[in-house]
Amino acid sequence: MLSNPDLQRLVFGRFSLDDIPFHEPILQLTFAIVAVGGLVVLGAITYFRFWGPLWRDWVTSVDHKKIGIMYVILALVMLLRGFADAIMMRAQQAVAFGANEGYLPPHHYDQIFTAHGVIMIFFVAMPFVTGMMNYVVPLQIGARDVAFPFLNNFSFWMTVSGAVTIMISLFVGEFARTGWLAYPPLSGADMSPGVGVDYYIWALQIAGIGTLLSGINLIATIVKMRAPGMTMMKLPIFVWTSLCTNVLIVAAFPILTAVLALLSLDRYVGTHFFTNDLGGNPMMYFNLIWIWGHPEVYILILPAFGIFSEVTSAFCGKRLFGYASMVYATVVITILSYLVWLHHFFTMGSGADVNSFFGITTMIISIPTGAKIFNWLFTMFRGRIRFELPMMWTVSFMVTFTIGGMTGVLLAVPPADFVLHNSLFLIAHFHNVIIGGVLFGMFAGVTYWFPKAFGFKLDPFWGHMSFWFWTIGFYFAFMPLYVLGLMGVTRRANHFDDPSLQIWFVIAAFGAVLILFGILSMIMQFVVSIKNREKLRDFTGDPWDGRTLEWSTSSPPPDYNFAFTPVIHDLDAWSDMKKRGYARPLQGFKAIHMPKNTGTGAVLGVLSIAFSFAMIWYIWWLAALAFAAMFLVTVLHTFNYNRDFHIPADVVVRSEGQRTSMMAGRA
Amino acid sequence: MTIPALCPFPRSSSASRRRPSYGRGIARGFLRGLLLLPLFGMLAGCNLVVMQPSGDVALQQRNLVLASVGLMLLIVVPVIALTLLFAWRYRATNTDAVYDPDWHHSTQLEVVIWTAPLFIIIALGALTWISTHTLDPFRALRRIEAGRPVMADVKPLTVEVVALDWKWLFFYPEYGIATVNELAAPVDRPIAFKITASSVMNAFYVPALAGMIYAMPGMQTQLHAVINKAGTYDGLSSHYSGSGFSRMTFKFHGLDGDGFDQWVAKAKAQGSPLTREGYIELEKPSEAVAVTYYASVADGLYGSILNMCALPGKMCMSEMMQIDAKGGAGKDSRENRERLRYDNRHIQQGDEAPGATTPASGRAPKSEGSPQGLAPDRHEHQLHGNDPHAGHPKPPPERDSVAPPQRSND
Repeated sequence: MLSNPDLQRLVFGRFSLDDIPFHEPILQLTFAIVAVGGLVVLGAITYFRFWGPLWRDWVTSVDHKKIGIMYVILALVMLLRGFADAIMMRAQQAVAFGANEGYLPPHHYDQIFTAHGVIMIFFVAMPFVTGMMNYVVPLQIGARDVAFPFLNNFSFWMTVSGAVTIMISLFVGEFARTGWLAYPPLSGADMSPGVGVDYYIWALQIAGIGTLLSGINLIATIVKMRAPGMTMMKLPIFVWTSLCTNVLIVAAFPILTAVLALLSLDRYVGTHFFTNDLGGNPMMYFNLIWIWGHPEVYILILPAFGIFSEVTSAFCGKRLFGYASMVYATVVITILSYLVWLHHFFTMGSGADVNSFFGITTMIISIPTGAKIFNWLFTMFRGRIRFELPMMWTVSFMVTFTIGGMTGVLLAVPPADFVLHNSLFLIAHFHNVIIGGVLFGMFAGVTYWFPKAFGFKLDPFWGHMSFWFWTIGFYFAFMPLYVLGLMGVTRRANHFDDPSLQIWFVIAAFGAVLILFGILSMIMQFVVSIKNREKLRDFTGDPWDGRTLEWSTSSPPPDYNFAFTPVIHDLDAWSDMKKRGYARPLQGFKAIHMPKNTGTGAVLGVLSIAFSFAMIWYIWWLAALAFAAMFLVTVLHTFNYNRDFHIPADVVVRSEGQRTSMMAGRA
Repeated sequence: MTIPALCPFPRSSSASRRRPSYGRGIARGFLRGLLLLPLFGMLAGCNLVVMQPSGDVALQQRNLVLASVGLMLLIVVPVIALTLLFAWRYRATNTDAVYDPDWHHSTQLEVVIWTAPLFIIIALGALTWISTHTLDPFRALRRIEAGRPVMADVKPLTVEVVALDWKWLFFYPEYGIATVNELAAPVDRPIAFKITASSVMNAFYVPALAGMIYAMPGMQTQLHAVINKAGTYDGLSSHYSGSGFSRMTFKFHGLDGDGFDQWVAKAKAQGSPLTREGYIELEKPSEAVAVTYYASVADGLYGSILNMCALPGKMCMSEMMQIDAKGGAGKDSRENRERLRYDNRHIQQGDEAPGATTPASGRAPKSEGSPQGLAPDRHEHQLHGNDPHAGHPKPPPERDSVAPPQRSND
């Protein structure tokens, strides 16, 4: 771009126009779709004059409900990207046999499976989980917001920045070709000198800050902001699992930050933490990343367990069976999840004593997990089960997850792991628990709490379509992988010689197509529901005959959630209030103290994208500038004392009055 | 394997009216899903190598898989059956079923649901402890088959394995030969593998023979195994190691009677010597390399690979460790630093690093074009001019632009 190479390097770092893959048809197509889609969205926002409300009511919002919704939208958008990667891999593996090379060369295919893993874990599952917790936890404990509302907004925009950074790698440069955990020495500077691993590092570092801060925020919220009377053993079970998840986040994410920082030192300044030579030790990276990575698995699954508990109890019309043992099981899982990380690399040769220790601790986790399954089972026992969609997801989960749990315990037996590790059996296992556990849980949660968030139910027909496509598609997509694993087929290969394997890959690809229909049905479900929202409208605020506090307020809840902070006497507080003939207070409203919106989080998010892009491409002047700007914005924000306001009493009176007439008009 | 459960609901009619069919729909769908499972098992009778291995170690591992699954099914089958049963029985439309909204605790049941899995895990844990110790890959074999212990006078066949980018190098120190991408061993003789790698991690895995173990640069892992049936088996790398990974496969021959001696003789007759220079050329990244035999091997080559000093002028790790064990070389250590750097050898030799694309090399990250020397078939494809890049291959990158600027060696 510039004729002088020194000047070029000074201004653009190692970036040049050649790094934009103009020539690649797949990328051209993707770019065209993204560009057209983006223009449509921007055009729509302009046409509907939505820029102002978008900035005032959403981007700068510190309302936990709006931030929760934005997290879930982020997760759904990134799910589309992650799934596009998945179906490309399935297509490649279904055709690349013998003389047929398939359509993806290895260095492209390798980026796709890395991006798939990273996106699905960090930018689909994590935002889903965080979004759910953000939306539901304050409502369930009778709070008006989280403990640190601005921090919440900032956390969200950091997560978005990480996602944007990863998306940039699609069109500028490349993404890592290392697998989703970027094991050195392959991810070191000597073996992977390109920008791919740097994209990986900075995307995760930025998003990781967001996750860590939101973990701190939610712990403080749950510990300090419960409604009076809500003792720890009266917490809704979802709040318990959220608390444990956030404890895990706060204890585990700093390890990820540290290990990625060490890897970046290796790559940027030439240290030797994880290199082969000069005393580095790549095995240390395996240990560190999995000391974060295994708790991460439980960070994802515990909130899903919480959702299933809420859903089972609500739709069986029964208090959860064995609440106390459910709580203890959750806490035991939280603690044990730190004692099992080595089972991810039994095959590194740690020796029989170490391997069997970690194998047995892993199996022990299945005891509290099994107890949870039994608790849901006995909640169904002598219940009145209404098979609405959330409950269908739950039953589907119970069956699917039990199978996944069984294969998981099998992999925890070290000598069995020696023949199954890194095989497609392993892939089948963790998709079995992540799709069948986390994703089904999040889908159950979305259908369950959607009417609370938007005031109308989701269309059941497309919901059922989506449910059946997902469930059946899952079995078609992953049962063949179990079989292939037993045939000795390893993961991450983009070409096979043995033609007898092909039929299984074709079945798996068929399953992926069914899942595609599941996703499309889900999109249809949102479109149709929004179109028919008046027909699906819920006026009561309690469409499912719920048991916990969030159902006691209107749908959608007012900005302040509760006009009066409820007082808790029993577990399943709302159910208890209904039973004792609770009457909604209709007068005596006071002004409500609320936090004020701020754009600082979004500004910091944009700056951190600039910073990470500059670091990735060695554009040092921009990195310094962006960092200085972030520092400045942060300092200036601390001098902003105009952070709160009061919702005047007459506004509260008006909105509560509206609710009264709405309930009366409908009852 | 029909899929009628895809859409069991009529298209029209509202949610409330369709409610009665929900429980049935779920139960039916899952029963069908479950019915598929044994079907898979039946269909899979063909080549489930992990389930039908030919070596005693893999056989014991297979038995362990079956025993563990059997133990777990004791609890998994009732759980799944009860889930479906309860979902069906307590559906809202079945007004005959007992509805007891206040029943949420039972100490007896709690005891059962915590102890039943506990007993299974105690049994499985005991199985794990014992089998992990008896099947420790570092432990020499005690038996070559059930009821056939290893005789005291039998010396195992030592094979030194090196995972290169992206092929396998096997040394047979007993016979002085080496091979690339072909492994052979006599039937019923214990094999002692010593395993390392040249640049990144891989895993050495012959599913019919025994479980996998990582191959790591600068480190040595071990695997003890025995093949009981003559035949040709697949071997592979089962730990992702870069773009040539998919083709990093080899054949393992279990040979009867004189077969192994003949194979050794063939390697000696057909092979050339493997010199250090030859090795340095060999270890450069390349894909889908044909089987090669070496009649003789340079002295101590495996040891130098393991100690990361195959390249002339490099200091072996063992030497450095010896210096360290004696208290270190103090300030003079600085002199050794360059001699201890090994991973930058490709860059220094002007070759592309195994994972390089733009901007470290001239290769576009998502294009069809491959670096020189890799994936021969795609290379041909390029020569035919089907590739838009083919006409404009980038010149090899200059040295200072290859490594990130901070990492130059001055």
